[in-house]
Amino acid sequence: MSSKIIGRPMDRVDGKLKVTGKAQYAAEYNPPGMAYAVIVQSTVPRGTVLRMQTSEAERAPGVLAVLTPRNTPKLPGADKFSAVPVLPRLTAMQDSEVLYNGQPIALVVADTFERATYAASRVRTTYVEKAASLKLEAGLERSEPALGNFGMPPPGHTRGDAAAALAAAPVRVEASYRTPTEHHNPMEPHASIAVWDDPEHLTLYDSNQGVFFMRQFLSLLFGLPPDNVRVISRYVGGGFGCKALPWPHQIMSIMAAKVVGRPVKLVLTRQQMFSLVGYRPQTLQKVELGASAQGKLTAIRHTGYSETSELDAFTEPFVNVSNMLYACPNVATSQRVVRLSASTPTFMRAPGEAPGTFAFESAMDELAHALKRDPLELRRLNHADKDPEHGKPWSSKSLLECYRWCAERFGWQRRSLQPRSMRDGDALIGWGMATATFPAFRMQASALARVMADGTAVVQCGAADLGTGAYTVFTQLAAETLGMSPEKVRMEMGDTVLPPGGLAGGSSTTATASPAIRSASNEVRRKLVQLAVADKESPLHGLAEKDIVVEDGRLSSSQDTARGETFAQLLTRQKLTHVEGKGDAAPDPAEQKFSSHAFGSHFVEVRVDEALGTVRVSRIVTAMGAGRILNPKTARSQIQGGVIFGLGMALTEETLRDPRLGRVMTADFAEYHVPVHADVPDIDVHFVEEHDPHVNPLGIKGIGEIGTTGIAAAVANAVFHATGKRVRELPITLDKLL
Amino acid sequence: MNPFQYEQSLEVDSSVDRVSRAPEATFLAGGTGLLDLMKLGVETPAVLVDVRRLPLAQIQELPDGGVRLGALARNSDVAQHPLVRERYPMLSQALLAGASGQIRNMATVGGNLMQRTRCAYFRDTATPCNKREPGSGCSALEGINRGHAVLGVSEACIATHPSDMCVPLAALGATVRVKGPQGERAIPFADFHLLPGNTPHRETALEHGALVLSVDVPALPAARHSLYLKARDRASYAFALASVAAVLELEGGRIRQARLALGGVGTRPWRASGAEQKLAGQAPSPEVFQAAAKAALEGASPRAHNGFKVELAQRLIVRALTRLGGRS
Amino acid sequence: MTDSKQPLSDGSAPAEASSPEAPEGTTRREFIATATVGSALLLEACRHAPPVEGPPPGTAPAELEVTFKVNGQLQTLKVDPRTSLLDALRERLGLTGTKKGCDHGQCGACTVLVDGRRELSCLSLAVMHQGAEVSTVEGLAQGDTLHPLQQAFIEQDALQCGYCTSGQLMSAVGLMSEPCGASDDDVREAMSGNLCRCSAYPNIIAAIQQVRRLPKL
Repeated sequence: MSSKIIGRPMDRVDGKLKVTGKAQYAAEYNPPGMAYAVIVQSTVPRGTVLRMQTSEAERAPGVLAVLTPRNTPKLPGADKFSAVPVLPRLTAMQDSEVLYNGQPIALVVADTFERATYAASRVRTTYVEKAASLKLEAGLERSEPALGNFGMPPPGHTRGDAAAALAAAPVRVEASYRTPTEHHNPMEPHASIAVWDDPEHLTLYDSNQGVFFMRQFLSLLFGLPPDNVRVISRYVGGGFGCKALPWPHQIMSIMAAKVVGRPVKLVLTRQQMFSLVGYRPQTLQKVELGASAQGKLTAIRHTGYSETSELDAFTEPFVNVSNMLYACPNVATSQRVVRLSASTPTFMRAPGEAPGTFAFESAMDELAHALKRDPLELRRLNHADKDPEHGKPWSSKSLLECYRWCAERFGWQRRSLQPRSMRDGDALIGWGMATATFPAFRMQASALARVMADGTAVVQCGAADLGTGAYTVFTQLAAETLGMSPEKVRMEMGDTVLPPGGLAGGSSTTATASPAIRSASNEVRRKLVQLAVADKESPLHGLAEKDIVVEDGRLSSSQDTARGETFAQLLTRQKLTHVEGKGDAAPDPAEQKFSSHAFGSHFVEVRVDEALGTVRVSRIVTAMGAGRILNPKTARSQIQGGVIFGLGMALTEETLRDPRLGRVMTADFAEYHVPVHADVPDIDVHFVEEHDPHVNPLGIKGIGEIGTTGIAAAVANAVFHATGKRVRELPITLDKLL
Repeated sequence: MNPFQYEQSLEVDSSVDRVSRAPEATFLAGGTGLLDLMKLGVETPAVLVDVRRLPLAQIQELPDGGVRLGALARNSDVAQHPLVRERYPMLSQALLAGASGQIRNMATVGGNLMQRTRCAYFRDTATPCNKREPGSGCSALEGINRGHAVLGVSEACIATHPSDMCVPLAALGATVRVKGPQGERAIPFADFHLLPGNTPHRETALEHGALVLSVDVPALPAARHSLYLKARDRASYAFALASVAAVLELEGGRIRQARLALGGVGTRPWRASGAEQKLAGQAPSPEVFQAAAKAALEGASPRAHNGFKVELAQRLIVRALTRLGGRS
Repeated sequence: MTDSKQPLSDGSAPAEASSPEAPEGTTRREFIATATVGSALLLEACRHAPPVEGPPPGTAPAELEVTFKVNGQLQTLKVDPRTSLLDALRERLGLTGTKKGCDHGQCGACTVLVDGRRELSCLSLAVMHQGAEVSTVEGLAQGDTLHPLQQAFIEQDALQCGYCTSGQLMSAVGLMSEPCGASDDDVREAMSGNLCRCSAYPNIIAAIQQVRRLPKL
């Protein structure tokens, strides 16, 4: 494929809409007669709702309905989901059981937001309380083997004999790490507007990561044919995983709309986002490494626990990175989960890889220190030339080049081995690095492309752009394939009336939809060429198809580009409103012959105030080998954003629950600290050029999550280098360094 | 949010009169604290008297060389005012270390004095809290208390006073001018905020209906050489884990006078008078600063998660004193 | 800035004498809320309004009328007094460019200019803005010509999901007329009230600095 548009740093196509405030998010539709719903949540961690006094709420001005477990309609398909691990089993007021503090127990619907909010505060609930399980450490003895999420294999792997190899290893490190509960906190709160167009047809404006996935779920749950449900999610104000699966609020808005006979808008408060839409579960991890005196890994053992709810068995699969990151003959990894009286965790940017690389890449740094070797050299020495877990070749891998580029850019060779060896006034300076990795995969998708008689094109695919730049790269891809200027191409996404796209998850959006978009666009292009050469009135009549070039919305002879006509001229003469092409794409079994991962590295400089313990990251250099980069501008932003997401994980983010109430006590942006402008330095991001012929037809690996892997370890390693203190519990707040 | 009656007031006396007559009435100024708490259901006034149009926004020099900060002067205006920047740099620094640019544009001097704790239990009406609901118990004692106070605590409450601005004002010994139903009076800053004791719901010396007119900052030439330092969990836009406002006046190689106050560690803005006394008359040295820092935290009573504040505050004090005068 | 030439107020204005009549057909409450600003004459009249009794407990508040300018256009609304300026813009005026990210003044997504200064629309009531001039992201561009900051945001890719973008932009516009140092760090500090979870932070700073370095017209 020639690359005039693909691979260029094009400005975001939705940029103008977003800087003018015109991009319409889920809560910003205004169907006539819309009412407002507010969720009432439990205030005990475990028990049964004994009595709810709703009369005051019902009598409050403007109130249309108060739904409680007593009067909430039963969901026809509710039982279809209880058996599926990792669909949050419904807590949409189908029964009176309270399984965590903050569970939805009532819904108040009123004619205005203010009135609904007030009335919701007037609902009084009496519970019969039961014993709750609130602490991960206290539940280890009754832990259960971890299951795979969504039918994936359970995390863990065994090869060789790790126990024997550890016992025999000349050099050994063993350390325990802890990562806290973390919340996604996209800037846009979850929002749904439910509209029953008639008793059998539903439209849901919703903020989610995949409209077709949402539709499938809702149609089953409400007993409707999928075609009767339309889900619209055109602009999504960030997701990071918490908008992938359905949650109670979507269901509740739909039920409420049915009950009151009006469209109902339900927007979660920021506080509610800490108990209703998932989180990254806390993990307790133990890593044991054995190595030869030269530093060759001989054994890896990585085990641990993560929390889940009593509702569902989500697993944060953190050990899996240890299976494949380095060459090592003896590996034993496994995980268990502990059920707590807590809401259900879910996928959060690099689920598994983010906390897993923190522990494992910290342990590698500890090993380097034990060996008195440079941490980068240790990693080079243990580079896995093929996938050590499955024995397959990599579809492509540029990790060594990432190391090289970062080291040079960062000036790594000037690093002294000794911790506490660099200082600037009150600040101790430290340099750390870590490896990043994330698997590449794709799902099924379809696309439709139309060139219109006015010379513009519309390309449709029901995928999601959470801010990733998908609208932009798909526009580029379609424009280049169609032979048009990107300004003439309009990309449509986020609506179930469009051809099905995948779920924006697993960094797979671009790899999933691109082949479908390209194939649809190719079909249109081919049809246009065929029309022209067959048309007696076309200047291209009679030429062979292969002799036609298509560029900038114009067909011409490859011999004489002056001979030709525009799409618009051709279609107008043919009296066609448009020419259409369809494309479908699905993973090719041949791709399974290879292991496909993106790899990268982060090099970080920290300044630690020696007296006060405050850590400031002053420099980050990141390189990624992540397949074909369709747009380096938006891709750079993605990686940068992922890195900063990891900075929050490293330094500031932690969700805390009250030890007796199980209530999240850090449920706002003043208590849950996501990074602010002042926390973030300039970040030097580099993409190593990678041509991967095996991963998928376009060589795309995905870049949404890899930036968040490895970064917490790189920071922790830099903090160790600065201070000589190894912090094994995130986040690295100042109290841990005093 | 509970329903309320909204009124605008244009005159001090009638505002005071209006609020003092209605037990459920309260003043509304910048709104950044009150409306936040109303949305949480923590504050439930039935009448809001909007005083933002009262003529109380001036920042002016007082005849004795002090500065009067009108109760309605916005935080950003106070922070940037030449009189404040010249005479009390630590006050300007403290204001700029607080909240965000937007909030500083809204929040007022009076509102900052009256701002309430950030204790997460106080802010969550589903949990017991003696400050919010007297007699219900203190959830923070055995709960999540990393951000809580270590000084001035009681068995009823360990909530931290969150203000940055109040810390230098405590060090400066400002006076709060108020107008109440009984007329106007001046309250020394040290008496303005109350210790929680058994009545943590009583936070200030103001009687219901009394309105802050201004904060009068006394002349203190030494304060031209002053500093505010703040340690927090992010580089910006976070409440203090510990903060210090310090003035150090040197004369002939000795400390003539020192002023020290702490934020983020006390149940009220915490003047460290004991530490000031330790410094007076001494030649500045690391040992003297450390002794003063130790004195400042004397009697600290940490809980499970906030013990680090004792050390952190001491180190901040030493850092501030060292920067101001000592060579160490 | 405050005016330091005004005489020092001791807060002891003369006790009010008599009360003016409220206009026919309005309750006194409505009168005060609607009449205070925008007209010096009415303002003067209200200065001597007598105190009134508190409302009977539990009564729902009447809607109040408020008139203010949004992006130069005069808007009159009858609102529940509990309505935040943010909800008035989004739910009543259809100006959904201003975003609700936390509703508690902790994220900056709702930043607008009020009388030229950047403020948080979630932490103020609509009724507090009688006579005010409010500017939102919808008013930044002049027709099809984007504001230089909007243009710079696009060029520097200073946005991803776009949800914090309006707030970042309005905060940056406000910042332009505030005292702020020239360095990137100064701008980082001044913009720290605007969270961006996609973390376009470095690009936002680059966009703002690009515009600050433009020659002043």
